[in-house]
Amino acid sequence: MAWFLAKRLVSFAVTLALATIVIFAMLEIVPGDPARLMLGINATQDAVDALRQQMGLDLPPVTRYFAWVGGMLGGDFGRSYTYSVPVAELIGERLWVSLPLAIIALLLSTVIALPVGIAAASRRGTAADTAIMASTQLGVAIPNFWFAILLVYVFAVTLRLVPAGGFPGWDKGLLDGLVALALPAIALALPQAAILSRVTRSALVETLGEDYVRTARAKGLNRNAVLWRHALRNAMIPVVTIMGLQFAFLLAGTIIIENVFYLPGLGRLVFQPSPRTICRSSRMS
Amino acid sequence: MNSFIRTVAAAALVAVAWAAPALAAKDTITLGVVLEPPHLDPTAGAAAAIDEIVYANIFEGLTRIGSNGEILPALAESWDISEDGKTYTFKLHTGVKFHDGTDFDANDVKFSLDRARAEDSTNAQKGLFKAIENVEVVDPATVRITLSSPAGNFLFNMGWGDAVIVAPESADGNKENPVGTGPFKFSNWAKGSAIEIVRNDDYWGSKVALSKATFRIIPDASAAIAALQAGDVDGFPNFPAPEAVPAFQADPRFSVVIGSTEGETILALNNKRAPFDNLKVRAAISSAIDRQAIIDGAMFGLGTPIGTHFAPHHPAYVAETINTWPHDIEKAKAMLKEAGFENGFKAKLTLPPPTYARRGGEIIASQLREIGIEVEIIPVEWKQWLEGPFKGDFDMTIVSHTEPMDIGIYANPDYYFGYDSKEFQAVMEKLNLTTDESARYALMAEAQKIISRDAVNVYLFELAKTGIWDARIKGLWDNSPVQANDLTGVSWSE
Repeated sequence: MAWFLAKRLVSFAVTLALATIVIFAMLEIVPGDPARLMLGINATQDAVDALRQQMGLDLPPVTRYFAWVGGMLGGDFGRSYTYSVPVAELIGERLWVSLPLAIIALLLSTVIALPVGIAAASRRGTAADTAIMASTQLGVAIPNFWFAILLVYVFAVTLRLVPAGGFPGWDKGLLDGLVALALPAIALALPQAAILSRVTRSALVETLGEDYVRTARAKGLNRNAVLWRHALRNAMIPVVTIMGLQFAFLLAGTIIIENVFYLPGLGRLVFQPSPRTICRSSRMS
Repeated sequence: MNSFIRTVAAAALVAVAWAAPALAAKDTITLGVVLEPPHLDPTAGAAAAIDEIVYANIFEGLTRIGSNGEILPALAESWDISEDGKTYTFKLHTGVKFHDGTDFDANDVKFSLDRARAEDSTNAQKGLFKAIENVEVVDPATVRITLSSPAGNFLFNMGWGDAVIVAPESADGNKENPVGTGPFKFSNWAKGSAIEIVRNDDYWGSKVALSKATFRIIPDASAAIAALQAGDVDGFPNFPAPEAVPAFQADPRFSVVIGSTEGETILALNNKRAPFDNLKVRAAISSAIDRQAIIDGAMFGLGTPIGTHFAPHHPAYVAETINTWPHDIEKAKAMLKEAGFENGFKAKLTLPPPTYARRGGEIIASQLREIGIEVEIIPVEWKQWLEGPFKGDFDMTIVSHTEPMDIGIYANPDYYFGYDSKEFQAVMEKLNLTTDESARYALMAEAQKIISRDAVNVYLFELAKTGIWDARIKGLWDNSPVQANDLTGVSWSE
C-alpha cells in the first residue's frame, strides 16, 4: 500500500512539474510583452523597459521559471498582471462567490430532481410520467445561458423582483447575497435537475424490476414501503455518482453564468478580457 | 368594512412613508462601466478604465480638460507664459488638502512631475513630460516650469490623467488606495464587482452634488442592457451594445446621447512598403472606401465619417477633408491603373479584436475587391498586433487612435505606418513653438490637410460615445475629449 501511494505521489509530482514547464513555455512563446500591454502603444520604450525591470521580466527565462515554481511551493502564487494583487488572494476572494453558487445550485437541483424522478418512476407509464419526462427533456435541451437571460428578463427587467446581476458582497448581509445568487443558482440548477431527475427515474425503474423488490412485495410490504426502503437506496448509487460529476460541471458552468449575471466569481476571472486596453481603443469591442 | 378601510389606510400610510425618502432629490448615482481598471493609479498605467473612475473625481492636475476639450484651470489658479514660450509660472490654489489630510503645495507639484519624468518612471505617457527641463518651487503657492524648447500643447498635456498631482506620502499606495485632491474620495473596491467613491467634504473648490457614486463593472453587453432596464444602474456613459440603442431611444425613462470621442478609426497603410509607398495606390484605396457603409454595417450607424486624423468636435477640425478622396470606384480604378496595377494586387489586412476592426475589416475587404485588390484577412490578438503591425510588419490594419490630439504621431517617421514628410514635420515643429490659440488652430488645419492630401491612411470614422442614462440625470459628458466620467457637475433633477 505504501509503495503504491509512493508511486502515485511521484507520478503526481512529475505531472505537476511537466504542467508547469508546459504552461511557462507556452506563455514564453506567445508573442507580446506584458509591460507593453500594461502601458499601451503610446508609452515610450524607456517607460516599458523600466516596468520590465520592475517586474523582473528582464531576467533570463530559466531564472524566472524557478522563481515562479519556488514561490508556488512556498505558497506565493505571484502577483496578477491584471490587478497587481497577489494571485492567491484573488482566487480566494472569487471562491467566496463561485463555491456558494455551485453549492446552492447543487442543493437546488437535488431538491427538485429527486422528488420529480421518484414521482415519475412510481407512476411509470402514466400521463404524469410522460409529462414529467417531456419537461425534463426540455430542461436538458435548454442551454443554461439562454435560460439565464430569460430569467433576467422576467424577474429583473419586467417584475423587478431581483437585481439583473452583480454581487453586493457577503459583508452587506447574508440575505442580499442570497438574493443576488438566486437567479444564477436557478439558471445553473434547472438544466442539471432535469438530467438528475431522468437518471433518478431510470435507476429507480430498473431497481423496481429487480427480484428482491418482488420478494419484498410478496412479503406483503406495500408499494411505498418497498420504494422508499429498498428500491431507492439501491437506485441512489448511480444518482450520487452523477451528482458528484455534476458538482464539477456546475463549477465549470459558472464561467458562463457568472458572465451573464456579472458576478465577481472564479468563472469570470478565468474568462474576463484583459483590461489592458491597448491603444485605449477597445471601447467598442 | 370599517376595519377594511382602516387596513387600506394604514397600508397606504406605510407605503407613503416608505416611498417618501425616494421622492427627496436623489444624491447618489450608480454607473455601469465595461472594463474593470487594473488599479487606480492614473500615473502608472495606460488603461482608460483607470481614468474613467478617477479623472477629475479623485485626482486633479495643474489643468484639466473640459467636456469639449477646452483647457480649464484646476490646481493651478492661473499661469503666465514667458515671451519665448519656455517658462510657465503656475499660481496654485492655497488651502488644498489631500484626502489623507496632508497639505498640497508647490513641492507636491515638483514631486509629481519629477516622478513622472524620472528615468525609472513607468508613466505610460512619459512623452507628455518630455519638454520639461526643470521644475522649480518658487514659494509654496508658485511653481515655475522651464521647458527645453517651447511646447504649444504643454497646458493641454498637463490636463491628462497621467499628469495628475500626487503626494510623496501616498504616491506608492495609489494603485490600491488612491489619494488625490479631488471632490470625491475613494471609498471601496470590491474586485470584479464595483468601485465606490464618496464626496470629499473638505474639498477646496465648490462641493459636488452627489454624496456617493458607484461604478459597477458589467463587461457583458446583454447584461448591460438588462442592468439598465432593471434599474440596477442609473446609466452607462459608454454603453457597449450599439444594437440595443434604438430600444432605449424609444423609452422615455432614458436619455440617449450619441457624442463623439477622440477615437479616429483608420485603415492604416504601410507607407514604407510597396505598393502602399505609392500615393496613387493609397489614393485609390481611399477612393474605393465607402465610409458610411462601414459605419452602418459595423457600428450600427454610430460614428462620424472623418477625412483626416482629427476629432470632428474640435473647433480646428477641417470638415472639407472628407471630400479630398470621395467615394468613386471608377476614379479609384483609374488611379490604380496609372500606378501600374491595372489588374489589382494582393494584400494582407491584419485585424485586432475590437468590433470596429473585425466587422469593419470584412466590409473594407469587399469594397477593395471591387477595384481589384485581393484582400487576405488576418485576425490577431492585441499581443500579436503589438508584435507585428505596430512594429511596422503589415500591409494594412484597422485601429482606432483614441489618444486626444494625437496628430503629432504623423511627424514620427518611425511610427508604425511609416509616414515621412518633411513638410508635415515642419508644420508640427512650428505648432510646437506656437502658444497663440488661433495661430495654433491654423497650423492644426494645415497639418490635417497635408495628411489628407497624401492619403497617408484611410480615415474612416470617429468612434461614437454612446451614453445612456436615466433621463433625470444632468451633467454627464456628451463627448469624451479625454476618457473620463467627470462627475463634478452631475446631479439629479427634481
